[in-house]
Amino acid sequence: MKARRDRTGLAALAPFLWLGLFFLFPFLLVAKLSLSDTALAIPPYTPRLDWSGGIAGLKTFFAALDFETYARLTSDRLYIVAYLSSLKFAAISTGILLLIGYPLAYAMARCAPAARQALLMAMILPFWTSFLIRVYALIGILKPEGLLNTALRAVGLGPLNILNTETAIYIGLVYAYLPFMVLPLYAVLERQQHDLLEAAADLGCTPFEAFWRVTFPLSLPGVAAGALLCFIPMVGEFVIPDLLGGSSTLMLGKTIWTEFFANRDWPAASAVAIVLLFTLVVPIVLYQRQQAKLMEAGR
Amino acid sequence: MKRGLTTFNIASLVIGFGFLYLPIVLLVIYSFNASRLVTVWGGFSTKWYASLFRNEQLLDAIWVTFRIGLISATIATVLGTFAAVALVRAGRFRGRTLFSGMIFAPLVMPEVILGLSLLLLFVSLGLPRGFWTVTVSHATVTMCYAAVVIQARLSAFDRQLEEAAQDLGCPPIKAFFAITLPNIAPAVAAAWMLAFTLSLDDLVIASFTSGPGSTTLPMRIYSQVRLGVSPEINAVSTLLIGLVATGVIAVYLFQMRKRREA
Repeated sequence: MKARRDRTGLAALAPFLWLGLFFLFPFLLVAKLSLSDTALAIPPYTPRLDWSGGIAGLKTFFAALDFETYARLTSDRLYIVAYLSSLKFAAISTGILLLIGYPLAYAMARCAPAARQALLMAMILPFWTSFLIRVYALIGILKPEGLLNTALRAVGLGPLNILNTETAIYIGLVYAYLPFMVLPLYAVLERQQHDLLEAAADLGCTPFEAFWRVTFPLSLPGVAAGALLCFIPMVGEFVIPDLLGGSSTLMLGKTIWTEFFANRDWPAASAVAIVLLFTLVVPIVLYQRQQAKLMEAGR
Repeated sequence: MKRGLTTFNIASLVIGFGFLYLPIVLLVIYSFNASRLVTVWGGFSTKWYASLFRNEQLLDAIWVTFRIGLISATIATVLGTFAAVALVRAGRFRGRTLFSGMIFAPLVMPEVILGLSLLLLFVSLGLPRGFWTVTVSHATVTMCYAAVVIQARLSAFDRQLEEAAQDLGCPPIKAFFAITLPNIAPAVAAAWMLAFTLSLDDLVIASFTSGPGSTTLPMRIYSQVRLGVSPEINAVSTLLIGLVATGVIAVYLFQMRKRREA
């Protein structure tokens, strides 16, 4: 039995090597590049690691690295604003998602089994349809001469300028991430034993009290999973702030993109990526622990 | 307690699903709009579909995107199956924490970080960017989704069947292919479909890792959207949504029928 188990570990070999090369190792390159200087060259940074130089070459290479790029980040107000507003957008949107997603998941879990299956599929379907296309669909509604304002004008209300504002980013984030919040919540709510609520009612709880003291505490793992699943990628979101937020809104994902593609400042883009990564390490580890625990429980 | 729905429950469902579906429904309707303006209904027309099929750039991008999706999803599913087997079956092997970390982290990691780091890898290896760099990048990210989907099914699968086969003298690898794999086949198929659609949708990672001649459909859509709304994009979006929706609903109905027969 033991020999059998040992060999099963070999299944990890191919994916392990693949992820090591294409996922883990590249982060070292990002970290290294964030310590390099910008240069007018292809690729646009210096120093470049020259393996033919041997140990001496490595020494000069490491001697040339410094924290200049990071110093530049902390002295430029734009980066600090982008950092703080990324956290703000992600945190507030996660809150809104919980407020919208929880009642939705709760109602889904209370439906009859057949309806539940259909609703679950309806919730998963947008997840399969292109993110970019769904954001694009929002533009058609939110823009100044868009469908929302046409509808408002029809009932005699003034035009709202939503596109290219912070409100548009919130709408976009909530819209795009709603299934990611609802699905983990639904998973815990659907499994809940209904006799618990009956027992609470028998003991004199009002329905709201029963919800607040039984259902909600039991659903907290789902709340945590949904919140992390939304918060982490939202901090680094690029498409939504770029297409809905206009040029004035700053978020880290957009900053990396602009530094890289527009300014061709690869060291700055890398340094911002490293800062973003360090910010997200704690939530990512929390998320991973929780998933591992769920996996153990499901076994 | 009654399991009926309260007014509040019904309102939550209507508002939630309305919010999710309204933009998509409007997009589909307006793809048949004869007028170029988004808000003015100029009568029913399929002319944007016709002009879509004359748009060589867009057709090229669709073709590139499909090929990348097919190849990367296949790599991702194979690697993801191995990863799932290791996660569920191998117990506590060396480096397990790092391994499961590498599987779960890409699911939530912002795409800009993944795109940038992969690009730097290809640059430092001196690989020319193009079709294959995008394919490898997509396989890297989507294999983690595949692993999670397959892992869920595999951990629910009763191991005793496979062990019985092994006790009867079947080599472990043969037992896996003869017994376990057919049993987890629906999850493997679902994982492939998920990997394929994720690859089809990806803008950010493809933008970082693609080169000349390997512009994908989302990259084309993105640049068109930045220039202003183009009705052809409505048409191509509607076709994509239709394709995915048909696939997902077909799988759903198939499962429902199987369940009723069972």
